[in-house]
Formats: sequence, structure tokens, C-alpha cells
Amino acid sequence: MIRVRKLVKRFGLKTVLRGLDFDVQQGEFVAVLGPNGAGKTTFLRILASLSRPSLGEVVIAGCRLPAQAVALRARLGVVTHQPLLYGDLTAEENLRFFARLYSLPDPGERIEAVLEQIGLAPRRRDLVRTFSRGMQQRLAIGRAILHDPEVILFDEPHTGLDQNACDMLDQVLRDVAARGRTVVMTSHDLSRVEPLATRFDVLDRGLICASAAPRDLRGNLLDFYREALAK
Amino acid sequence: MTRNRPSPPAARPPSLPPRPRGGFGRAVLAILWKDLAAEMRSRELLSAMLVFALLVILIFNFAIELAPALRSTITPGVLWVTLAFAGTLGLNRSMAVEKDRGCLDGLLLAPVDRSAIFFGKMLANLVFMLLVAAILLPVYSLLYNINLFRPGLLLVILLGSLGYVAVGTLLAGMAVQARTREVLLPILLFPVIVPVLLAAVRASGGFLQSAPFEQILPWLNLLIGYDVIFLAVAYMVFDFIVEE
Repeated sequence: MIRVRKLVKRFGLKTVLRGLDFDVQQGEFVAVLGPNGAGKTTFLRILASLSRPSLGEVVIAGCRLPAQAVALRARLGVVTHQPLLYGDLTAEENLRFFARLYSLPDPGERIEAVLEQIGLAPRRRDLVRTFSRGMQQRLAIGRAILHDPEVILFDEPHTGLDQNACDMLDQVLRDVAARGRTVVMTSHDLSRVEPLATRFDVLDRGLICASAAPRDLRGNLLDFYREALAK
Repeated sequence: MTRNRPSPPAARPPSLPPRPRGGFGRAVLAILWKDLAAEMRSRELLSAMLVFALLVILIFNFAIELAPALRSTITPGVLWVTLAFAGTLGLNRSMAVEKDRGCLDGLLLAPVDRSAIFFGKMLANLVFMLLVAAILLPVYSLLYNINLFRPGLLLVILLGSLGYVAVGTLLAGMAVQARTREVLLPILLFPVIVPVLLAAVRASGGFLQSAPFEQILPWLNLLIGYDVIFLAVAYMVFDFIVEE
């Protein structure tokens, strides 16, 4: 579903990604772990077609970036630590706006279903600026899954959420994964990704330096992560 | 540890719906609707532009003692300086709202040509600018005792505002990436809009002084040419401007 080869990203003289290779099969839930500054967000922004690679090949759902970015975006959902929502619109208006951008055939029905799924149906007519951080993040996920994308990218989605909001977010993530969607999530919170992911990749200094499925972890995830960074 | 782990990737996803690519016109209208709906709720942008514009013409009214004969000569300059300054406030704000709340990424992720974002934002800015002009004209007419409701002048305001917001939205998209965007936008914008301001002032003056249409026509042509050129330029380059 995702194939990345020798991906390089430079900002001026600074090289953030250094020939990174990355593969994800359809339906996998891959957690990309790494310390701050490792290049996780840059990597995800390239996968999301928000940033162009300096060198290398990126193919997602059969679409090659950046040439086929518009086609890819119809098959892609993205959640970042910012909700990408409009505070002066209601929850329903926000989803309706994005449904129009994605040309959804039956937006009303789909918006209804998504609001139910994320537990915000009773607050549909409230302005988003009156929402708590957790509710905004749930609505952000609703925005990302509104067009039922095949691939969903999450960039540190738990940032700034309290325990309850994190638990709700995890439930939505499980629902998404259970529907067979391909998920890539960056995080530095190991405890959050450990029960969710079907594969863990460690990104450090612009390269994937270790990769393991849960069954391959010899100790716990923390030990695997530390060993990977110590290499 | 793995009790709640999602199912392994065995099953194919349930039948995926066809993937419609967003229609260009639909996306433009969606962005226009979004900007107008958000502004009707917050009234941040429009009220700032309007108060500023009214203050400017009030200051001009006190600062320049005009003999009635001179009013039609000075009016176009005062009018367009006021609209240009008030417009800058609106342009800065309309893109800053997208950037500060991270919403620009949400727009950039939509499966539509990115120039649709430009046209949606530009049309919203045009509506705001014309609304300010619609309130400014009667106030100006009262203060200076001059009739500004002439079809020719209204046409010039439409064409001039279109050129102004076309360039302004494009440059606001560029300036919004910078930390000093409030300062940067006027510095970038004012040199580029000199032709549109010059043509708009001359054409407005022509209509106010009831000059022969042949004298006004070259300025109207310049305005139309400027509008067409900058709309085409924006269509071609906006994608690169908002690219990281």
C-alpha cells in the first residue's frame, strides 16, 4: 500500500531524511517511533503530499508523489496534533465543508454516521471553538475518515489530550484499524501505541533504524526502542 | 499487552466507494461559503476593515479642507487609498486565520487543484472588499456632499477590487509563511498594485468629472488586462506558493 525508497528531504543545508526506505502492507497499523527532531513529522508530511521529497520515490495506493498527489489525496486521511478545523463553524458545518471539498455523494448520511462514530452527534450544532481539546481531536478524526480513506496518517494524535480523551481516541483508532484501513502513526508515547500497532519502526536521524512486529519483541517495547536508538 | 490490538491485516477493507475527485467549482464555492459563514459568526475581519476605512475617510475629511469644485478631483485618490489600506487588513487576516489554526493544511489535503483554494479565498476577499465599499460610498457621499452612485464608478470599483484582491490573495499566501507577515504583505503588495491603483483612480476620476468615455476607456482596459493577467498568474503559481 505504501512504498518509499531512498527518501531524502533537505531544508536548505540541513538534511532531515537520509535515504529512508519504508513499506507498509494493506491493513497494517505501523507506529513510527522516534525522539523529537528525528524527522517523523517531516516524513508524515511527505506521505501526506504536504511536502515534496528532495529525492527518492514515494508510492501510496498506486499513486506516485508528487505527480499524482491530487488522486492520492482522495484516498488519504490525515490527523495531526492540530485539529485543522474552523472554530467559528459548528461540528456539522466543518464536516459539511470538507464533504464538499471531497465531493462526497451523500454528505448528509455520511456526516451523520461519522458524528455518531466519534460520539459528537449531540454536539453537532455547537461551535468548534467551544469544544475541549479532546472533542476537537475527535472531530479532527471525523474529518480525516469522512471520505472513508484507504490510508490514514496520524501525527502524534495524543498530544495535549487528557486520559479520557486519549482512551476515546484509542477506541476510534481501533475502529479504523478493524475496518482494514492502513494506518501509519508517529508518536513518542510508547505506552499509547504499544496496544494498537501491528508493527513498530524506529526513526532516528532521518533513517528507519529498527523494525519489529509485536511478536518479535524480545522484551517490552521500551527496551526495543532504547536498543534501536543506542545502535 | 496485545489484548486490544487491532486485527492483523488479513481482510481486505470493506468495499471502498468510488473515489470522486473534487470538482474545481464545487471546491471554490465551498471555500467561499466557509469564509463567509465563519465571518458572519466572528465579524472579526469585516468589522476591522470597516472601522479602519471609516476612520481613514474621517481623518481625510478633517485634514483636507476641500472647495466643492475640487472634490471630484480628490475623491478618487481618497477613495482608493482608503479601500487599499482597509483591504490590506482583510487580506492579512484571511490567510492568517488559515495558517494560525493549521487549517491551511486541511485545505491543502483536499483532492482538488490547489488553485481552487486561491479562487475561493479571493472571491471571499472580494465580497468583503465590496461590502466595505458599499458602506463606505454613502458615508463618503454624506461627508463630502458628492454623489458616488454612478454606474461607471461602481464598475471601476468592481474591476479595481478584483485586481487588488487577485494580487493581494496571491501575495498573502506567500507572506503568511513568514513571521513578519503583517509588515511583509504591504511591502510586497503596494509596489505590485501601482498599475491597478493608478488605473482605478484615473477611471474613477473620469466618471466623477463626466469625462468623455474615450478618455476613460484606456484605463478601464488597463484594469481588465491587469485582472486577467494576475488571475492567470495566480492560477499557475498558487500551488508553488503554498508548497512547503
